[in-house]
Amino acid sequence: MSPEKMVHMANQIATFFKTQPGDNAPERVAGHLRDFWEPRMRDQLRRYVDEGGTGLDQIAIEAVKRI
Amino acid sequence: MKDFILPDDRDMGTPARSGALVTLTVDGIEVSVPEGTSIMRAAAEAGIKVPKLCATDSIEAFGSCRLCVVQIEGRRGTPASCTTPVAAGMVVHTQSDHVRKVRKGVMELYISDHPLDCLTCSANGDCELQDMAGAVGLRDVRYQSGRNHYDASGHGVLAQGDARARAASTTARSGVAGDLGNPLFIPKDNSNPYFTYDPSKCIVCSRCVRACEEVQGTFALTIEGRGFDSRVSAGMAGDDFLTSDCVSCGACVQACPTATLQEKSIAELGTPTRSVITTCAYCGVGCQFKAEMNGDRLVRMVPWKHGKANRGHSCVKGRFAYGYATHKDRILNPMIRDSIDEPWREVSWDQALSFAADKMLGLQQKYGQKSIGVITSSRCTNEETYLVQKLARAVFMNNNTDTCARVCHSPTGYGLGQAFGTSAGTQDFDSVEHTDVAIIIGANPTDGHPVFASRLKKRLRQGAKLIVIDPRRIDMVKSAHIEAAHHLPLKPGTNVAVVTSLAHVIVTEGLMDEAFIRERCDWDEFQHYAEFVSDPRHSPEATELMTGVPAAELRAAARLYATGGNAAIYYGLGVTEHSQGSTTVMGIANLSMLTGNIGRPGVGVNPLRGQNNVQGSCDMGSFPHELPGYRHVKLPEVRAVFEAAWGVPIDPEPGLRIPNMLDAAVDGTFKGLYCQGEDILQSDPDTHHVAAGLAAMECVIVHDLFLNETANYAHVFLPGSSFLEKDGTFTNAERRINRVRKVMAPLNGYGDWEITQLLANAMLKEMGGATWTYTHPSQIMDEIAATTPSFAGVDYALLEEKGSVQWPCNEDHPEGTPLMHVDGFVRGKGRFIVTEYVATDERSGPRFPLLLTTGRILSQYNVGAQTRRTENTAWHAEDLLEIHPHDAENRGVNEGDWVKLASRAGETTLRATITDRVSPGVVYTTFHHPDTQANVITTDFSDWATNCPEYKVTAVQVSPSNGPTDWQESYAAQAEQSRRILPAAE
Ligand code: SF4
Ligand code: SF4
Ligand code: SF4
Ligand code: FES
Repeated sequence: MSPEKMVHMANQIATFFKTQPGDNAPERVAGHLRDFWEPRMRDQLRRYVDEGGTGLDQIAIEAVKRI
Repeated sequence: MKDFILPDDRDMGTPARSGALVTLTVDGIEVSVPEGTSIMRAAAEAGIKVPKLCATDSIEAFGSCRLCVVQIEGRRGTPASCTTPVAAGMVVHTQSDHVRKVRKGVMELYISDHPLDCLTCSANGDCELQDMAGAVGLRDVRYQSGRNHYDASGHGVLAQGDARARAASTTARSGVAGDLGNPLFIPKDNSNPYFTYDPSKCIVCSRCVRACEEVQGTFALTIEGRGFDSRVSAGMAGDDFLTSDCVSCGACVQACPTATLQEKSIAELGTPTRSVITTCAYCGVGCQFKAEMNGDRLVRMVPWKHGKANRGHSCVKGRFAYGYATHKDRILNPMIRDSIDEPWREVSWDQALSFAADKMLGLQQKYGQKSIGVITSSRCTNEETYLVQKLARAVFMNNNTDTCARVCHSPTGYGLGQAFGTSAGTQDFDSVEHTDVAIIIGANPTDGHPVFASRLKKRLRQGAKLIVIDPRRIDMVKSAHIEAAHHLPLKPGTNVAVVTSLAHVIVTEGLMDEAFIRERCDWDEFQHYAEFVSDPRHSPEATELMTGVPAAELRAAARLYATGGNAAIYYGLGVTEHSQGSTTVMGIANLSMLTGNIGRPGVGVNPLRGQNNVQGSCDMGSFPHELPGYRHVKLPEVRAVFEAAWGVPIDPEPGLRIPNMLDAAVDGTFKGLYCQGEDILQSDPDTHHVAAGLAAMECVIVHDLFLNETANYAHVFLPGSSFLEKDGTFTNAERRINRVRKVMAPLNGYGDWEITQLLANAMLKEMGGATWTYTHPSQIMDEIAATTPSFAGVDYALLEEKGSVQWPCNEDHPEGTPLMHVDGFVRGKGRFIVTEYVATDERSGPRFPLLLTTGRILSQYNVGAQTRRTENTAWHAEDLLEIHPHDAENRGVNEGDWVKLASRAGETTLRATITDRVSPGVVYTTFHHPDTQANVITTDFSDWATNCPEYKVTAVQVSPSNGPTDWQESYAAQAEQSRRILPAAE
């Protein structure tokens, strides 16, 4: 998928969990990604973060380290 | 084939009542019935038929014909049994010399104004007037040469007054010249494509008028004229059925005791000789029908009065729009081709299946196990859907399975699953009869779920209140005899802000049900939530500018919902198809828990499902992350159940969702697709992207009735069977598992479940695996029950016995579960979830200043593959763009003009219609016609949790245009090329 679309989708998820009570948003984002993103999508996201993760929400970046 | 034996299907004369039993005697037989029951119904319960004409059990008694008179000991005169309620100890005589005389006299009057052409009448043998003449022993008629309404000469003639105007217009259309014969004659109205109205046969019993009012709620009919001159009339003088308000539901036709209102199919094919109970294959209401047959020809569909979702009613689609099943476009032979530039080649089933199996296995060898997948259909049966996901999991050995619910109700699955622990509506449709306040949000039930709309309207006429939250002024806001208490016309995309504001009012004004929350919900989560919604930034005053909803109106609506008695929320795709679709679903669940509106009749959270089997296809494990029964593939104990049943290991990782499949196809890692009964090229957003994804695949197998748009990119076409041609079950929006019964042999040779099995076996043979051996869909249901706890008690024997059951159906609920979460939530404590509004990134701006939202209309269904191939096109021949007068004027657009509709994704053209149903700044269209290509415009933005596309908000510009875009033209040319077929060599 296009990097822009992937970043948009990952940030949407991060935005939701950021608003939830508690300080475990990255873990919950990671959980969501594990549950719903197919491995090749998660690989693409992981590679993208390795390459700098431009445009990704900080919570999403934190989450990617956990998947 | 064995027909289902009908339970008591007699016309009991008047509707059933409930309440304390009253005992009386009818013709010496003692009978006990609920108080308020009519004598006529009590007699019917005792097995005694009282002659009747103006009464039928779908509508309240009217007491006009006086054919049903009886004598009651101790009372004077001969009261009408249909309007006289029973009383304890009453002694009734339905037959005596006196009542026989009265009845004969009544019949004589009726017959004297009725053509005596019974032998050639199309209703011969199916006419209550004829039956009643027999029942009362009518042998001669004394009024023969009196005034009447028929034209013995066979020539049309002009009538008087209003009738004259209508007759004139009908005459003009029918081309029959009138003479000045019988001034009371009114010509036949043939304008409706499915039924005729022949005034000369009308006995003015008003059953049609009352059915239109009480059952359908449209109020399209009136009795025009007085006394002997009176006749039924659709709409105003000059209207015929087609141009009137009539929505062609057919309730009047069903109620009519004579041939006055009659299906054209009866005139053409004769009266039926047998019937089979089955379920509508259109929307998620799940109406049950008697398919009335003549041999193996379907003569008519009659809504079944014991159908628990529809209670004897239907809409135009289910009752009349079945002609697509035998349309000439239907493909009956399998076809293959090596490349999509080639014409199709008709081949045998064996050739097509081995071609497909070779291709799919080859792709897996070349590109890996996860390079192919399936799309299951929400139009097919549970059993068929179960097999398609099993094909992915047990034969492809991956989880690449998804369903069109992805693009409609996937946020419902996620949102309700999070809040309540189960992905389904909480009520049955009967629940609406106990509702005091209904909220409709993002749904248009009069068009999308018409039979539910009729049931809701009936409740509103009894005094229940309605709140509509929708950008458009849908018909439920105001129509005959109903008016919403509040319409909140929000800007598209601001659902979460509005729902959170409603909660703000409820919490800050102390209107919540604290006892319910303490007992049933997680109290800590509630406190977080209460703190969140109480923030002044969520007040209606603070959100008004953003949402466009006047604060006072929103406050009043919140108060009504919280304090107006039993309150229920009904919602549709206007909730789910947004970037925050799942969040709105959670917000709706929050509202119901806040006010304790869950767990009893009249309340609840009710997703209105689009397609007939959306609920079922989700239940059956169509989603790539969960196995049947909504259990995640990561759970080893769940995988173990299916591994034991199927004898293969199951992949613990989630598979690709439809948009992910298309992305992966463009990236070159997804190469083969088996798509059953869906048309993703037309229905999914961002058509250019879908087309690119399909074009990048090396094997697309389309399994459908027609060469749909997706088939333009397919290499294998497997002809499908219609719902009339197979056995199975559909699960409707109330979790009701309804039987679908085969009424005729499949024209294409196989039921769809058999075709999936043939494909699986073609692959399994090459792989050396054990083949599937189902010989009837009931065996598939047995496997579902054995593996899926919420279906554990379901089998075909139970469905035969009960007619239908609502899951969960298992040891704890052996007869199913009409209401969910009665004593506790499925997940234990209900969860309040914080719903922060996040504006969509799809915003209007200088280039695209308007917001487009999409929907559907009554007579057409989704991509229109079926309904466009029926006479329903009489009502909707093309998709139109609704635009507000101000926006139209600014752009120089007039009614009916061609306009160009452009977004950042693409552009298309269609014709405009100017209306203030939409607010300024909002435009609206339907997506029923492939030439419009409304999805060329929609973008790839989607719900954050589920990837459900954001169909309901697209920033667009509208400008005058003089014809189709280049894309529309080149697409039409390509589609034509792609549909060429070379017949099989002899
Ligand atoms: S078809 Fe339905 S809407 Fe039309 S007149 Fe008859 S009852 Fe009314
Ligand atoms: S059209 Fe049929 S139902 Fe209506 S008043 Fe005439 S006879 Fe009765
Ligand atoms: S389309 Fe829906 S409302 Fe209409 S008959 Fe079918 S199930 Fe009923
Ligand atoms: S049936 Fe009772 S008055 Fe007509």
